[in-house]
Amino acid sequence: MRATIRDATMTTPTMTDPAADPSARQASEAPPAGATLPPRPLVRSANAPGTGTAGRETDGTPGRPAVDLSDVSVYYGAFRAVRDVSFSVPTHAITALIGPSGSGKSTLLRAINRMNDLTPGSRLEGEVRYHGKNLYASDVDPVEVRRRIGMVFQKPNPFPKSIYDNVAFGPRINGYRGNLDDLVERSLRQAALWNEVKDKLKQSGLALSGGQQQRLCIARTIAVEPEIILMDEPASALDPRSTLQIEELMAELKENYTIVIVTHNMQQAARASDRTVFLNMGEDRAGYVVEVDETVKIFTNPREQLTEDYISGRFG
Amino acid sequence: MIAEVSLRATGARARRRAIVNAVMHVVLGLAVLAALIPLFLIIAVTIAEGLPAMTIEFLTSTFNFSRRVQGGGYLHGLIGTLYMGGLATLMAVPIGIASALFLTEFPKSRLAGPIRFFADVMTGVPSVFVGLFVYSLLVRQIGFGTFVGALSLAIIMLPIIVRSAEEILRTVPGDLKRGSYALGARQWQPVFRVTLPSAASGLTTGVMLAVARALGETAPLVLTALAAQTIVLDFQGQGQTALPLLIFREARGAFAAGQERAWAGALELMALVLLLSILARVIATRRASQ
Repeated sequence: MRATIRDATMTTPTMTDPAADPSARQASEAPPAGATLPPRPLVRSANAPGTGTAGRETDGTPGRPAVDLSDVSVYYGAFRAVRDVSFSVPTHAITALIGPSGSGKSTLLRAINRMNDLTPGSRLEGEVRYHGKNLYASDVDPVEVRRRIGMVFQKPNPFPKSIYDNVAFGPRINGYRGNLDDLVERSLRQAALWNEVKDKLKQSGLALSGGQQQRLCIARTIAVEPEIILMDEPASALDPRSTLQIEELMAELKENYTIVIVTHNMQQAARASDRTVFLNMGEDRAGYVVEVDETVKIFTNPREQLTEDYISGRFG
Repeated sequence: MIAEVSLRATGARARRRAIVNAVMHVVLGLAVLAALIPLFLIIAVTIAEGLPAMTIEFLTSTFNFSRRVQGGGYLHGLIGTLYMGGLATLMAVPIGIASALFLTEFPKSRLAGPIRFFADVMTGVPSVFVGLFVYSLLVRQIGFGTFVGALSLAIIMLPIIVRSAEEILRTVPGDLKRGSYALGARQWQPVFRVTLPSAASGLTTGVMLAVARALGETAPLVLTALAAQTIVLDFQGQGQTALPLLIFREARGAFAAGQERAWAGALELMALVLLLSILARVIATRRASQ
């Protein structure tokens, strides 16, 4: 019975609102008829890689969550890094995670595309749902998750290859069959880098400036055609001008993508994001959510005293 | 009136420091010189003694019928060296780099410690033992030949490759691997597409170090390749020779003509190793920059 529903969903993607469905929490255990399943199946080897246009397929009402975290705790060995975190990430918006060092921002970000799996001894409790599908269900392939939920790192990390090969890397490993030249150009254009590099695509990506390298990494992520882009302090290693370029780029990208950004820079969160999650480190050194709201509200009229103290620079 | 500020070092302490500094400069300079003198002497003497005997005939012909007279050459030795060296490289490089990958990819594996330990011990094993080992294991069953000679050279090369490759692979930033995993790479894709290509130039240096060492080895070949008077192309079963074997044999011989050939052979071997190293470097850096 269960298999039938899943197969049917694979061929004709149907989308319902997971947030409105109270039974969605059990969706991964036994999806009832009409249950929420991702537009493309996450299940192992169930789809042809590289053909996806997930970002476009799921266009719909902005504000519907793309990712839902409920009661998420992440452990590294015996140490609990974050505890009982719940928030949702709306589509086609920029969600900022802010908070002092050690509040678990990066850990939570990595939980969204299962990058924590690569850290030995890490473990997650609770549920991270992507369009209603629990990303930590046993039939979910973490590699498939990362293809749809891309990531840009704090330090620009282009591969020691040419600019072209950097962008083509993801499509190539995913068996992309279309016109690679077009995809590379499109991705570089979207990352606002094309005009600067179009005449030197064969040059090493390492020859670019820090800001250009970071935009190259964004282009590289876009080339896989993910739906969500996670950014872990993408501008913290850059000069103010490059930082501004990245922020402008993010504003353009949210037309087509859902963005989650971790930042230490509160002005950046205030300027660039639509929604803010404020985290703090508790007595037990585990991170927890203090407040989640529209960015405007967090920065003008926060509900919690702690939030106000943090954004006004009184601690952290 | 403002007193002039003096920044000059004065006093007994400063004088003492200056003297110690000067003495240390001289001592360190002499140490460098002492280390470099033998190196340059080896190169200079080999060139001086080898060049006169280094003729076109020497490079292009095998032994004369008589070893007393001048003439003839080491072409069969050069071919044997390249043949066995090439085979040994083919055997040692894949296994060596695979082991190094294992050590860097699974550093916490229970096997990592023993592999590292054995690689270290093998580096210290006298090369004649390696020859003896291959002799007792294989030569007594299948006879002397190119393959068993190459195998003993591969055993010499293996630990050098493993340890140098491990060091090099360790320097590849983990960020690159995480970057490729974030693009949806499976377990081994980053290794072949990111780690190995970005380590290529360093890996080549390590391999060349091992090749240079293997090409100069004599002792393991005495018990495995044995000897040959002419060019041998047989894979196994026929005695094979190599430049160091010929040098060894003729250098300790009584004939002046033979000793001259041995010098020329030494020069040839030195030039060969140098040439291969330069070639490998050029190829590796060109591929890395692409």
